[in-house]
Amino acid sequence: MSEQATIQLPEDKPLELAGRVYQSRLLVGTGKYRDLMETGHAIEASGAEIVTVAVRRTNLGQNPDEPNLLDVISPDTYTILPNTAGCYTAKDAVRTCKLARELLDGHDLVKLEVLGEEKTLYPNMTETLVAAEELIKDGFKVMVYCSDDPLLAKRLEDMGCIAIMPLGAPIGSGLGIQNRYNIRLIVENARVPVLVDAGVGTASDATLAMELGCDGVLMNTAIAQARDPIKMAHAMRLGVEAGREAYLAGRMPKKLYASASSPIDGTFF
Amino acid sequence: MQVQVNGDGVELPAQATLADLIEHMALTGKRLAVEVNEDIVPRSQHPDFRLNDGDRVEVVHAIGGG
Repeated sequence: MSEQATIQLPEDKPLELAGRVYQSRLLVGTGKYRDLMETGHAIEASGAEIVTVAVRRTNLGQNPDEPNLLDVISPDTYTILPNTAGCYTAKDAVRTCKLARELLDGHDLVKLEVLGEEKTLYPNMTETLVAAEELIKDGFKVMVYCSDDPLLAKRLEDMGCIAIMPLGAPIGSGLGIQNRYNIRLIVENARVPVLVDAGVGTASDATLAMELGCDGVLMNTAIAQARDPIKMAHAMRLGVEAGREAYLAGRMPKKLYASASSPIDGTFF
Repeated sequence: MQVQVNGDGVELPAQATLADLIEHMALTGKRLAVEVNEDIVPRSQHPDFRLNDGDRVEVVHAIGGG
């Protein structure tokens, strides 16, 4: 009887952010869903443990009995990551983070994003640097949405950002990772987690991000705007897991010519 | 007196507190955050925080976003 070979999976360090360990490397947004029920189901299917939310004015005259996002996505179950989406200046981003901290009873993990223009929603990096500095000084744990410039990524890390989140492509574009070499350079230089934030369109894009060695992926539109968001949320979960394992497994080298998979010895023809 | 709440004028009795305003908006007990003239007013201070004519108040909550 032959001994059962034990399958040794490569060792992986779990994702750690602000002193907390996460099993899931998929972070998801809560925008663009049909309703709160679909939001809740999609997030459950994604397996995400960190969920990003926006901070906005409470409408006067809004039905006060309407369910609140945080009733569906409970801070007791999920790590809520408030974002500064929609901010075009450091000042607005800092104000938003302070309001979010009050809203979430002192929870100080934030996703900083300062946008540059409406057409591309490309990050305004000069304002992002100003905001990051002020927020870190004020005790916030800053996960920063940024351009895929390896030098700026390093600078944000050196300032004390706890995670670097370069875009793969413009927010909501679904174009996939456009400059994988830059993402790879950022990953190689970083000692804090690197997550691709924005640009993912489908599961293979998430897989690619993970194969490049990213610590995680953050997405919203790719799930929310899929024909079946709940199915896509699950596909993204699998895509992220597959990409992570492929990265840890170490892919074979690429070659220009073929290399036969069956032995040449022992042929009978 | 009149205060600006999320950009709209709201009439309140003189001496009204932030807690009064939140009650007026039927939002008592909801998870929200409040800024007066761009400074955060912590929840614990809402009952004692007196509003003044012309104050700019922002009342915010979490909504879906990415």
